[in-house]
Amino acid sequence: MSAGSSRTGRSLLLLAPLLLFLIGFFVWPLFSMMSQAVSDPAVLRLLPRTAEVVVDWDRKSPPTMPMQTALMEDLRTVDDDQALGDMVRRLNSARSGFRTLMSKTTSALEDTANPPADLISIDKRWEKPEFWLAIADALSPLTDRNLLAAVDLGRNSAGEIEHLPAEQSVNRVILVRTFWIAALVTFTCACIGFPYAIIAASLTGWKRDLMLAAVLLPLWTSLLVRTAAWFILLQEQGLINDLLRWLGLIDAPLPLIFNRTGVIIAMTHVLLPFMVLPIYSVLITIPNNLMPAAASLGANPLRAFLRVLLPLSLRGVASGGLLVFISAIGYYITPALIGGPGDQMISSIIAFYATGSANWGMAGALGVVLLIATLHLYSVYARLSAEEQGRR
Amino acid sequence: MPMKLTKFAFASLAILFLVAPLIAILPLAFTSSVILTYPIPSWSLRWFEELFTADAWRRAIVNSLIIGSGTTLLATVLGVAASLGLRNRLIFFRGTMRTLFLLPMVVPAVVLGVGLQVLLAGFGLTNSYAGVIIAHTVVAVPFVVVSVTGALAGIDERVELAAQSLGASPTTVFRRVTLPLAMPGVLSGAVLAFATSLDEVVLTLFVAGPNQRTLARQMFSSLRENISPAIAAAAFLFIAMTLLIGLVVVLSRSFLAKRR
Repeated sequence: MSAGSSRTGRSLLLLAPLLLFLIGFFVWPLFSMMSQAVSDPAVLRLLPRTAEVVVDWDRKSPPTMPMQTALMEDLRTVDDDQALGDMVRRLNSARSGFRTLMSKTTSALEDTANPPADLISIDKRWEKPEFWLAIADALSPLTDRNLLAAVDLGRNSAGEIEHLPAEQSVNRVILVRTFWIAALVTFTCACIGFPYAIIAASLTGWKRDLMLAAVLLPLWTSLLVRTAAWFILLQEQGLINDLLRWLGLIDAPLPLIFNRTGVIIAMTHVLLPFMVLPIYSVLITIPNNLMPAAASLGANPLRAFLRVLLPLSLRGVASGGLLVFISAIGYYITPALIGGPGDQMISSIIAFYATGSANWGMAGALGVVLLIATLHLYSVYARLSAEEQGRR
Repeated sequence: MPMKLTKFAFASLAILFLVAPLIAILPLAFTSSVILTYPIPSWSLRWFEELFTADAWRRAIVNSLIIGSGTTLLATVLGVAASLGLRNRLIFFRGTMRTLFLLPMVVPAVVLGVGLQVLLAGFGLTNSYAGVIIAHTVVAVPFVVVSVTGALAGIDERVELAAQSLGASPTTVFRRVTLPLAMPGVLSGAVLAFATSLDEVVLTLFVAGPNQRTLARQMFSSLRENISPAIAAAAFLFIAMTLLIGLVVVLSRSFLAKRR
């Protein structure tokens, strides 16, 4: 017993470093990304007094005097310009006009020689409940605004969830496009990969080795090298256009790069091994006398394929397809380099929000959407491959 | 035999599709032209010279080697230890831990990148080698775990029990029996970790500063901004490095096999 428990202790000791490392640098980052998506402290941090008073407000009538004094007090004590800028940006996104209103108000408040009596005397807009409503809504430290906006939903002034107007509905277009491109890539991978795996599994000796090597070689090659290679092949003066022109098939170069065609071709090339290998590994377990048996019973090749080989290998096709689809929806590099502006997928948009406009909330919210989709699909894949192992 | 001909034609075309792009990029590394297109006017090594003398490229190569070595070391140590721990079937949540160790392979790099940037900024680790090495290790460690657990599963436990019964301490058993037997798996894990780090772009984009630009990151930005045959030369270097590492693994494996 003591030998067993000391062995368990040793195993735990061996597991601990990686476990702690991944909790610290894998699980925690994902959680902090998710919390970025729902946290909204930009306004509450600067306006604590207003937050206390605004709770009693009925959200309809013009602002009360205590609200105005509290807000003036809060704004006077702000000394962090960057935080102020963050707050104004946040408020302005909820209600346009806040930018000018705030700068007018803060400069009026700085005038200590003759301090303004209330906010309405600084600007008439402070009378309107809409602006106060924006502040009241923004004061909550948690928000579902980003998560809703990630799927093009928003809350109206009454707090009900509704679709955003069409001109703001960009994310759904991108989500649909991401899934559509991933589906197309999965489809072309299946169209090439399935027959490829069947042929490879039916061969023996060096021919089979050659076909497998042709799949493994790209897999070992850097993704960037492969993308660069397609960049060279697909460009207007590239080899493919040169070849087609030389063959006399086209007169003017085909537009193959910076559009959907290029993205699909390059992504199919990158992900094809993930389709071929799972199918191949299922196919080689199928006894190779089944097809002749079906033929001897009178099935023509198509019927034999449909009734024998296809059902038996479907599991491999499903695993491969899921693997390709999961990888494709998270793709960033290939669409960024080969695609045009109309081919950017959800990853590019996340990267844009994070690095381009420092909108961490939106980046986090779209990240949550992508993460959930990926993990769901992966759990299906894991179940498929677990059943696979159970069968053996 | 039209069926056989169709099969042959399909297989040849598919192989061409898979391999031709990789072959097509290599000769362009030796072009004397400033544009990245065929036909090649004359051969020259000017782009390799550029790669090793231009500040941006040279620093990128050095950075890739530093970060790759750091990642390999950290990922291999963590991954081998964890794989040894996972052998014990009595451990609670063994399956959950295994899944957790493999999950970084699945999570989209951009999602992890956003999270890591937020977190590492909190620790003041963005724009540092340590930050990049940590980020690369997260995605490299699954490869080590997969290949080492595979190698460990192939070890006959009776060999270790025999050593133990002959009076060897657990450390001696590990050092003299388990580790040598698992060495091929450890080696391929280490190589995969290095290759992952070498090829990683997305996390690097989020975590690294201008001083930690890796070769892959530099290739990414030059493909985006100023395309020159230096990219083809870098690609050549990449492929050469991959082949070299593959060769080292094959040789050391056969060396290990012979010694036994």
